[in-house]
Amino acid sequence: MGSVGAKEVPVLLNAEGLRIDGRRLDELRPLQIRAGPLRQADGSAFVEWGQNKVMAAVYGPREVHPRHLQQSTKAVIQCKYNMAAFSVDERKRPGLDRRSQEISKVIAEALESVVFAEEFPRTSIDVYIEVLQANAGTRCAGVVAASVALADAGIPMVDLLPAVAVGKVAGAIALDLKKEEDNFGEADLPMALVPQSGRLVLLQMEGHMTEPELARALDLGVTGCRAIYEKMKAALRERYSVGPIPEGAA
Amino acid sequence: MSEEVTAEILQTHILDLAAEGRRLDGRGPDEYRAATIEPGFVVTADGSALVRLGETIALAGIKLEPGKPFPDTPNAGVLTTNAELIPLSSPTFEPGPPQPGAIEVSRVVDRAIRAAEMIDLTKLCVTPGEKSWVCYVDIHILGHDGNLIDAAMLAAVSALSGATVPAKRFEVGEADYPLEVHHVPIECTFVRLGETIVVDPTFDEEHAAQGRITVATDEAGRVVAMQKGLVGAFSPDDVKAVVRRAFVHGDRLRSQVGGGRR
Repeated sequence: MGSVGAKEVPVLLNAEGLRIDGRRLDELRPLQIRAGPLRQADGSAFVEWGQNKVMAAVYGPREVHPRHLQQSTKAVIQCKYNMAAFSVDERKRPGLDRRSQEISKVIAEALESVVFAEEFPRTSIDVYIEVLQANAGTRCAGVVAASVALADAGIPMVDLLPAVAVGKVAGAIALDLKKEEDNFGEADLPMALVPQSGRLVLLQMEGHMTEPELARALDLGVTGCRAIYEKMKAALRERYSVGPIPEGAA
Repeated sequence: MSEEVTAEILQTHILDLAAEGRRLDGRGPDEYRAATIEPGFVVTADGSALVRLGETIALAGIKLEPGKPFPDTPNAGVLTTNAELIPLSSPTFEPGPPQPGAIEVSRVVDRAIRAAEMIDLTKLCVTPGEKSWVCYVDIHILGHDGNLIDAAMLAAVSALSGATVPAKRFEVGEADYPLEVHHVPIECTFVRLGETIVVDPTFDEEHAAQGRITVATDEAGRVVAMQKGLVGAFSPDDVKAVVRRAFVHGDRLRSQVGGGRR
């Protein structure tokens, strides 16, 4: 995004309309979701999405720390999004930076929009998102992982929360940006959708788009989210499906 | 934050009013509070502006100092935006390191300034890789009656629009010169109150809100940044509608942005 003093811009869209990794404009990167990979957590999920690797764990409902955050009418949803030092090309200094804190805030708010928090007053539902390998779209991968982990923890929710970033790449509106497209593209628009209501609970945007481009991006993102939603449900089904009952077992 | 409670009865009242298209302070859903901008409020700053949005008060001060460019952008100056929600402006603000709310304000303002390419950072480079200007945008929230993002942004762009590069003071050049401004991004924030989406929310409306959305537009007709905040949801059609409204408010507010030069 207007990166000043940036290196040479790669060809983001070729003559056939294909992207840097050969995808079409409306094509997602390969996405694999595994529900419940962690034993200790109340719920967990691992997401491999393109070259992103993101783990999420949910603890709770449990006691609130620090205590003063406790709410008498509902659970507080606390989210910590963190990038591992080795997750990016140049080592990231460990610890909470401002970017992580902002992302943690918007993800917590998005999750709280779908969780029935009033079912668990005076408790905390703690969501940890750890980015192990990053290649653009980590907050969306984090939302997907966190929401599958919440479901895995058995926390009641309105719906799962599929998320994806749409952007503008070499003048075209494209689904699910990868790193080069995010760095050298003209706009980035991450979003999370509640499939049941068709409403967005996470939405950010940076770059520049005209009004019609923005409208197209929103529609493309919603379509993308619906495809991701199917994979999230499949991951949960796989985790909780039981094999055929052996004959005579009953 | 636990004391931060708008009485439930007030929230219900705000929502009831909104359902009829009315608001507590008598405004309509698409009515923005009167904004006043006082450029050059702080003479010690290289650019400044005090913005009032109803009872919300934001003060932005610009300071430019010679420093070192970042290694990955050797040909560019450095822009740093910081918002302080200082304890004097609200009983809910506490001293100490910036809380997520303050970080969100700074980052949303910073993002719009960068994405709109308001300042050409390459012009702030003095010697590539060695020396460049560091432009600090510090925003103090002095009064909190809601919509801090818009107030902070108006203050920041007004202050930047009239800022001076103190080249002579730091012996970088012969004379001080005005900071060049290329685009003027304006943020416009809405909250959902039931099925009504109102612009420029007050403190009480933010507490009753079911979702907040901010859209930054520039004078070239581009959307340059967006941020959804708080618990709540918006449909894609809601988003498209608020973008339209943001352009209208943005154009009007932009005409108010003056120079902040002392």
